[in-house]
Amino acid sequence: MAIDKSSNRSAHATAETTPRRQRISPDTVSGYAFLAPFLIVYAVFLIYPLFRGFYLSLHQWDLLAGPLGWVGLQNYSDMLSDPAFWNALTNTFYFVVLTVPITTALALALALALSRPTRTNAVFRAIFFSSSIVSVTVVTLIWQMVLSPSQGILAQALGTVGIPPLDWLNDQHLAMLALVIATVWWSLGLPLMLFTAGLQQIPGDLYEAAKLDNASRWTTFRYITWPALHRTTVLVVLIEIILHFQVFGQPFLMTKGGPAGSTRSLVQYIYENGFRDWHLGYASTGAMVLFVVMLVASLTQLYFSRKED
Amino acid sequence: MTDLTLRRVIKRYGDEQVVHGIDLDIREREFVVFVGPSGCGKSTLLRMIAGLEPISGGDVHIGDTRVNDVPAGKRGVAMVFQNYALYPHMTVRENMSFGLRNVNTPKTEIRQRVDEAAAILRIEPLLERRPKDMSGGQRQRVAIGRAIVRKPKVFLFDEPLSNLDAKLRVQMRIELARLHRQLKATMIYVTHDQVEAMTLADRMVVLRDGRIEQSGPPADLYESPCNLFVAGFLGSPSMNFLPATVTDHDADGVWVDLAAGGRLHVPRDGSGLSPGETVTVGLRPEHVRPADEGTLAGSLEVVEHLGDQTLLHIRLGEDSVVIARDEGRSAHTAGENIQLAFSGSTCHLFDGDGNACPILSRDAAIT
Repeated sequence: MAIDKSSNRSAHATAETTPRRQRISPDTVSGYAFLAPFLIVYAVFLIYPLFRGFYLSLHQWDLLAGPLGWVGLQNYSDMLSDPAFWNALTNTFYFVVLTVPITTALALALALALSRPTRTNAVFRAIFFSSSIVSVTVVTLIWQMVLSPSQGILAQALGTVGIPPLDWLNDQHLAMLALVIATVWWSLGLPLMLFTAGLQQIPGDLYEAAKLDNASRWTTFRYITWPALHRTTVLVVLIEIILHFQVFGQPFLMTKGGPAGSTRSLVQYIYENGFRDWHLGYASTGAMVLFVVMLVASLTQLYFSRKED
Repeated sequence: MTDLTLRRVIKRYGDEQVVHGIDLDIREREFVVFVGPSGCGKSTLLRMIAGLEPISGGDVHIGDTRVNDVPAGKRGVAMVFQNYALYPHMTVRENMSFGLRNVNTPKTEIRQRVDEAAAILRIEPLLERRPKDMSGGQRQRVAIGRAIVRKPKVFLFDEPLSNLDAKLRVQMRIELARLHRQLKATMIYVTHDQVEAMTLADRMVVLRDGRIEQSGPPADLYESPCNLFVAGFLGSPSMNFLPATVTDHDADGVWVDLAAGGRLHVPRDGSGLSPGETVTVGLRPEHVRPADEGTLAGSLEVVEHLGDQTLLHIRLGEDSVVIARDEGRSAHTAGENIQLAFSGSTCHLFDGDGNACPILSRDAAIT
């Protein structure tokens, strides 16, 4: 007890003698100094544009003439009653709903197939990853050639088994599928690498224990590999959702958003309003909506994955 | 009845052979410990028995069945891993029942067997926890429990206590010895810790470079090591080795001149030795005592007080240090000159190739 009392007294004394305004320690200064480059870039290129975009969305704003006046939520109300907006939003959702699960499942399957540390597998992984470093222009050119009904490899391949050539990019029902196929091919590399890294983190003795426990390959995948890849899968799906909601290059270059607007994405809708029709305020409204849609989709995915945890 | 037989078992990785024709019979209910330095092939041998490593040559029989090509899960063995290898996303109960579920054991039986194993290991309160919420010792108990529920013919332990702290290791060692008695099971245990090996084993198998150097009850191996390697490997601190030259031998033993000074009669069979031959005299630290007048003299370099005993490191020459064991409160201090006494009858003798000369029954004296 005596010790307690004395320590209380000394603590009290210290509190009395400490000045009210604490000096900023050199550690704090150097800490902020290290953070500063990131914070500046983050504020200038992310935070400011976000608020600037929101500000623009509340105005009628011409690309050349500049601000034409405050309109409040008028742009939002106009957009919600624009059938072209709903068409673009639906197309984008459709694209995301197709692309994200296919890319994730395919990347996982490939990562599993190529997980053994052999030279051949390393070569295959490099080949699959190489598509990711190609620009969207090249990707769309390649796939336009592949899908061409007159000279495309796909048409020729289908022709050999007696199936008539399909005009993928000009068919209202097939065009989106064609974009999904090209996008999956293009964006497979990163999730493949993430899953490969995830698989390498799983301790080998878990698989050995499973062997001794008579687990079949499916049981091993279901109860060991899949739960261990949970966090990686969440990351992959989040990245994919964010990436594919912003789809623009593929439909813009391969189909121009057609046929009959069936592949026009939200970003293309924003682009056309902003840079074709010069309605910058209205385009910013679209960007804000896209931001909210992506945020909600990502948060929903995070919520459900945490709930599973 | 022989429960497990290894016949000329070989392991190759590419062109490199790491296990060289191991022959071993392990009896039912025997506790056999594979011991040896890192890279000696003890874990590889265990993994070949488990079915986790393909066998490059020879045969492994469990009971009457040749199991070379039998998958790990069908061999009737269970293994406890060094890193526990518990499934992180399952509770303890799920971990323990996983193997039984995979062979479609009825749910009531699974529950009963898991509860039994949990009671044996006193881990009932942990059954609904996940591995990340448990200490190392608790995880290792669960890993053992997972092995027990399968009621295997043979238990395999791959350095299971290496990741535990010293106190827990001692506790788990006792637990394992109790478990062996209680389960009456055949157990094969791999370790590089000779204290674990000595305390747990019915029979120790000392391995070096993929070959069995010696096998037998721990006390036999400690008292009668067959060569310099086994002699040096078993015992902590290790046996002292003193270079010597044979001067004569007769029916009572061998006369040697120690390089560090002194003449010694060792009651060992020296029939294979000839005068002038270089040999090594082996001397356990517990058989060397400081004395007023001794055979060897040197300078006391280090004094290690261990409580119940004191280890004295005495430098005899430039390359020669002898460790002697003294009482707990040793009066000796570092830096002093010291004389050492020992009996020739406690000495081991190794020929030029490092092989032990067989013991003769009669005692001998120091001159």
